[in-house]
Amino acid sequence: MKRYFPYPVLTGCLALMWLLLAGFTRGQFVLAVLVSLAAPHALKALGEESATVKRWLLIPGFLGVVLVDIIRSNISVVWILLSGDHRPRNSNFITMPMKLKSPTGLATLAVVLTSTPGTAWLDYNSTRGELLIHVFDIVDEKQWIEQITKRYEEPLREIFE
Amino acid sequence: MTTFSHADVPLWAAVVGSAFLLLGAGLTLIGAFGLVRLQSFYERIHAPTLGTSWGMGGMILGSIIIFTSASARPVLHEILIGVFVTVTTPVTLMMLGRAALYRDRSELNPGVPPETPDDSFATAMVERKEAPSHSEQEVVSQRP
Amino acid sequence: MNVLVLFVTLWIVQGALALAMCMCVYRMVLGPRAQDRILALDALYVSAMLQLLAFGVRTGSTVYFETALIIGMLGFVATVALAKFLMRGEVIE
Repeated sequence: MKRYFPYPVLTGCLALMWLLLAGFTRGQFVLAVLVSLAAPHALKALGEESATVKRWLLIPGFLGVVLVDIIRSNISVVWILLSGDHRPRNSNFITMPMKLKSPTGLATLAVVLTSTPGTAWLDYNSTRGELLIHVFDIVDEKQWIEQITKRYEEPLREIFE
Repeated sequence: MTTFSHADVPLWAAVVGSAFLLLGAGLTLIGAFGLVRLQSFYERIHAPTLGTSWGMGGMILGSIIIFTSASARPVLHEILIGVFVTVTTPVTLMMLGRAALYRDRSELNPGVPPETPDDSFATAMVERKEAPSHSEQEVVSQRP
Repeated sequence: MNVLVLFVTLWIVQGALALAMCMCVYRMVLGPRAQDRILALDALYVSAMLQLLAFGVRTGSTVYFETALIIGMLGFVATVALAKFLMRGEVIE
């Protein structure tokens, strides 16, 4: 099984993408299946390891949290940009410890932190497990670190490790 | 290729889709405004994410609603743009941020956190052999 | 009525996106440093992509969608190459 479908999720996504681009017809469906079965073997030849997801059930909840956070931070950043600087805005770097080690988890965290306006991922030191981020408006540094750990890092560790 | 004329769009879809389009365009505009107004590079890096998160999301949702309501079958391929932009934005911003950090550190500009010293070059090399996908970060951060 | 709503909305949307593109160009010309210009270029690519999506809704054809996808990809590759250049001073190693 593993030999013929090295990356099942990739196969599904590729077929879906093909159909979305080319249109849902019977002929395109055959082509999509053929391409999505063949293409993952090219990736396998590159020697990339497949990501392991331990607990699929936690993913929808995590996505919900992220979506709500993106909307919330959009509103707050828009508010800061439009209202001008009433109070001095503390925009600074935060170095935070990271227990998350799985590459897929780290990549997901990077997507999440970048998609939320107001936080930007800058650098990750894998030997020390330290993450450097830049935050647009820091009210309390401890609270920020705690929030990122609680809301993103811990669920991601449960999902991927 | 799908085509439709604006007269085929029902009124509710026109209103809801328009609201999403306006939201998306407005957020993108505010992001660009932030890009002009903010003072330092590290603050400015937050501004375009408005356009790439809900700015793009709003435009895509509006486009999907209008296209789908006017043609008989669902038109969903805009989602591809959404997925593509969501996945690529972190890569570009991360690389830009790291390039800016590297330049600021090498020019000894104030207000930039100092480079965290790596524990030893040897551990990095060992890790590099074990996990080739990590190697690039190691190599970059050890440049003088 | 529905045609009028769409017409007015698209007029505003395209105006707003054009203004956003102008602001990005302003930042790109003014700089002050190379990383600011590249960031502005990236934002310019994104707003151009959204502008093309709006064009697609205006003309009612999906051809513009494919153009938007290509602009997005070009923007990604261009920004990554430029950022890489800033880091090392060379693109091809």
